[in-house]
Amino acid sequence: MISATIVAVLVSMLLALVRAFMGPSFYDRVLAVNMFGTKTVLLIALLGFLSGRPDFLDIALIYALINFISVIAILRYFEYSNRKSSIQET
Amino acid sequence: MEGFWFVLTSVFLISGAFLIFTGAVGVLRFPDFYTRMHASSLTDTMGSGLILTGCLLLADHEWLVMAKLVMIFLFLLLTGPTANHALVKAALHSGLKPKLGAEPS
Amino acid sequence: MSVAIAVARTRDLFAATMLTGIYSLLSAGFFVVMDAVDVAFTEAAVGAGISTLLMLTTLKLTGQYESSSRPLQRIALVVISVTAGLLFYGFLDMPIFGDPAAPIHQHVAPRYIQHSAEEVGMPNIVTSVLASYRGYDTFGETVVIFTAGIGVLALLSYVRSREDVSQAALAPMQPHIILRIVSKILIPPILLFALYVQFHGDYGPGGGFQAGVIFAAAIILYAMIFGLDVTLKVVNPAVIQFLAALGVLIYASVGIVSLLSGHAFLDYSVLGHDAVHGQHWGILIVELGVGITVASVMLVIFFNFSSRVDKNQDSHS
Repeated sequence: MISATIVAVLVSMLLALVRAFMGPSFYDRVLAVNMFGTKTVLLIALLGFLSGRPDFLDIALIYALINFISVIAILRYFEYSNRKSSIQET
Repeated sequence: MEGFWFVLTSVFLISGAFLIFTGAVGVLRFPDFYTRMHASSLTDTMGSGLILTGCLLLADHEWLVMAKLVMIFLFLLLTGPTANHALVKAALHSGLKPKLGAEPS
Repeated sequence: MSVAIAVARTRDLFAATMLTGIYSLLSAGFFVVMDAVDVAFTEAAVGAGISTLLMLTTLKLTGQYESSSRPLQRIALVVISVTAGLLFYGFLDMPIFGDPAAPIHQHVAPRYIQHSAEEVGMPNIVTSVLASYRGYDTFGETVVIFTAGIGVLALLSYVRSREDVSQAALAPMQPHIILRIVSKILIPPILLFALYVQFHGDYGPGGGFQAGVIFAAAIILYAMIFGLDVTLKVVNPAVIQFLAALGVLIYASVGIVSLLSGHAFLDYSVLGHDAVHGQHWGILIVELGVGITVASVMLVIFFNFSSRVDKNQDSHS
């Protein structure tokens, strides 16, 4: 049961990765990275339960935190600046 | 674990996994950024909530573990929608237009 | 692997940065699978978090696209392939992963694993190895981080022009009410969690490095949302530079104390009334020193970079 969930999470991580590679616009990549991070949090929590070591939850918590901060950082530095060009590429 | 709790845990985990998976498919296949965002943000929040609830049922009465799970859940609940909101706002400000259907003439 | 190739291929440095973020997330996943909790923890905090942040700030300074003329490319390719070849050659001699006959499992590891409990008395062996058996190494790392902070200060010091910065630095995310409120809710628990990681390192994954990074990350989040000048009012840069030195000083003075009482440098056994107790105190204090140094050096670097960014923006507009 846990393993099935882990497989589902892994597959969706793969799909998010494909989206991150494909782009096409900058925001799609950010979205995919954000999604990837959430999946990683879930994956680590589940792995912790699978191997019977709930210590891993600390790492999951860190990931949730880091994920949020990096999305905010990306937006903070690139929100109103020179992103026009890459949007027109799409 | 007794039968009832096992079934309940399975239901939470599997439905969470299903939501996560559909969200990922949506992100891959939907036509433009805003629809993709819609797919990912809704299913991410709900799916991770369900999966973490399933984990909560798995952690039988280890209070520290349960507290950490609740903290992760609250954290994701707060940050996920906030990050997505900020992302959409930034996209809208920078002039990324949503892809509309055929103009009604 | 494929992420690395994509990073190398893309011209858009910004996409490259984000893909490196994913890469470090992935490698932390591998560490988790291999049961190296502490390594995964560090990778999560340092690799995925802080380095992505700093790279983003640098990108803001330098511009987004890689310059297209690269005359040194061929030489660099040769050098890199030779190095990689040598590494792989060395790799062939390494024992297979998990091989119980490997040298590391013969001498050092069993000694740490068997004697750590009685000599140091820590449930988490990684912490006792890092801070006690390998105390010199960790001290060296702390000094390296401190030196990095000094280097950044020397290159990009903002002290000269602090007046300009406080006028120029705008609070850039003013309109985001939701972001402001959510991060106001989130920052205190993050700081609390950093302290938990700091002092829980004896029992679970964690310790000074990670805690310092988390602490710095919380303050950086504040700076990003509420603007740099507000943050500089809360967190005085002079105090931070002082703290960066203080951390190293704490670590070194633990060593000096044990040296003065007739033991080897960084032998913590003298600090308590018996050896195990002394080890506890020593590790606690040393981790505190590491945490203080890491957090304040990260903040020094971030403040310097981002005050540069704000100034650049101001001169452009």
